[in-house]
Amino acid sequence: MTDTNLVAASPEGRTRRSWTFTIGAIIVGLHLVIGLSTLFWTPYDPTGMSGGRLEMPSLSHLAGTDRLGRDLFTLIMIGSRIALVVGTGAVIIGGLIGITIGLLAAFASRTLDDILAASLDILIAFPTLLLAMLIVASSDGASLGTAIVAIGIANSAIVARLTRILAKRVLRMDYITAARISGTSWLGVVAIHILPNIWPTLLVNLALQFGLAVIAEASLSYLGLGAPPPNASWGRLLQEAQGTVYTAPFGAIAPGIALVLLVIGINLLADGLRDIGDPTRRRRR
Amino acid sequence: MNPLLHIENLSVHAGGKALVSDISFAVAPGERLGLIGESGSGKSLTALATIGLLADGLKVSGSVLLNGRQVVGARDRDLVPLRGATAAVVFQEPLTALDPLMKIGRQVGQAVRRRAKRDGRPTDATSVMSEVLDLLDQVALPQPQRIAESWPHEISGGQRQRAAIAMALACKPKLLIADEPTTALDVTTQAEILRLLGQLVRERNMALLFISHDLPVVAGTVDRVIVLRHGRVVEQGPVSTVFREPSHDYTRSLVAAARAFDNALENAP
Repeated sequence: MTDTNLVAASPEGRTRRSWTFTIGAIIVGLHLVIGLSTLFWTPYDPTGMSGGRLEMPSLSHLAGTDRLGRDLFTLIMIGSRIALVVGTGAVIIGGLIGITIGLLAAFASRTLDDILAASLDILIAFPTLLLAMLIVASSDGASLGTAIVAIGIANSAIVARLTRILAKRVLRMDYITAARISGTSWLGVVAIHILPNIWPTLLVNLALQFGLAVIAEASLSYLGLGAPPPNASWGRLLQEAQGTVYTAPFGAIAPGIALVLLVIGINLLADGLRDIGDPTRRRRR
Repeated sequence: MNPLLHIENLSVHAGGKALVSDISFAVAPGERLGLIGESGSGKSLTALATIGLLADGLKVSGSVLLNGRQVVGARDRDLVPLRGATAAVVFQEPLTALDPLMKIGRQVGQAVRRRAKRDGRPTDATSVMSEVLDLLDQVALPQPQRIAESWPHEISGGQRQRAAIAMALACKPKLLIADEPTTALDVTTQAEILRLLGQLVRERNMALLFISHDLPVVAGTVDRVIVLRHGRVVEQGPVSTVFREPSHDYTRSLVAAARAFDNALENAP
């Protein structure tokens, strides 16, 4: 009786999306469209003067101008592209390294697992930013690439620790034993059972890492360790606006709003994705 | 006829403590053997040891011959093909026996495809699916088509256990290991699952290693029984003999306890 009802309820639930997903998708999509459009078009030349210095926001300059007279909205648009590139790159690097190490630790012998777990804990104890600064400082020079790699590596420890724990929990389940008995190899078990089962939680964490990576890049740029000058990263915009923050506060507020919006959007999107990816949550209203 | 499973002097140690010591028994093809004992008597450990799936920290010694191949000390890689072709397991907890993020049909399909590949039969989606539906029908699941399209959380515990049995059958094992398959189910469902297991084992001429702590359940399902206590065999023999004239004190107390429970039920208002 109840079974038929439950089964009948699922097909419609499958297509329904949560509102968090919708809002998150809109915000992230907006950033994506704006960021990508800067490859072909910007309202003003990002390097040239387009108005007076430190103008207030107006219709012609949506976010005002900076102290060199450049259009801030144009710079923020470019910053959006950089933030997305950094976030995506850092999440891919951090995710690949982290998931691999985490799975290795989950399958490893007791001793190796203990060693890996302890090193991860030590790595996590370092602030992400400090670790990223160390990596940038020890490389040839600050560039967008080194910033991405540095943030990715710094974030991988958290991903690895989460993967290890999630994978260990799934490994204890009977269906893993059943799969092993029916002759599935360990690699098959990982692909068929472990990754799909840890994916919803992992995805949310990776999205969180995306947001953290965007913030970390802004911090690195703020400190002068991120993308070098022609790239208008939000962190550099914040740093440049610092000197005039009392006379023209909008120079700092505008990139700040862009940064916060993107991070919130990503987190909402992740939350929505988890609800969609987990069949047991789909029916919930 | 050579035994399908031949265990000799099997011992399992964890950190110097013996969990299973010096167990020997054999299961012939088509034979139904029951392993009974209280919790912690080493029943499940013995079952896992027969297919070489004990946890890393446990030390195994002795000899386990599964279909003529040595399991103790064998490399995992060599055991993978042996396991699927020879033995399959039905677990106690139907909730954790199925992957919650995979529809029943796909899940049974995994096992079907693996077996088909090994036998060199076609593994395309249509033939796998038709075999899945056939299996779901054989374990007496109503509307196989609908069940195949369901997630594990959408069907009942008894139905999940049937789906788990279908997965085990998909491997076409010679030996079916049932590790307390009815403990988590209510009494009516229990009886149905037991009848189903008995029927399937008979039809397919599989050997059955049935693990339980429940005397009446074991008595109705198997031919021969081994009583374990603290990891040792205290008594073994045909079901009728062991339960009617138990020779060991422990078995006697088990039988007496079960009888007392039955009487209490009968006398209850």
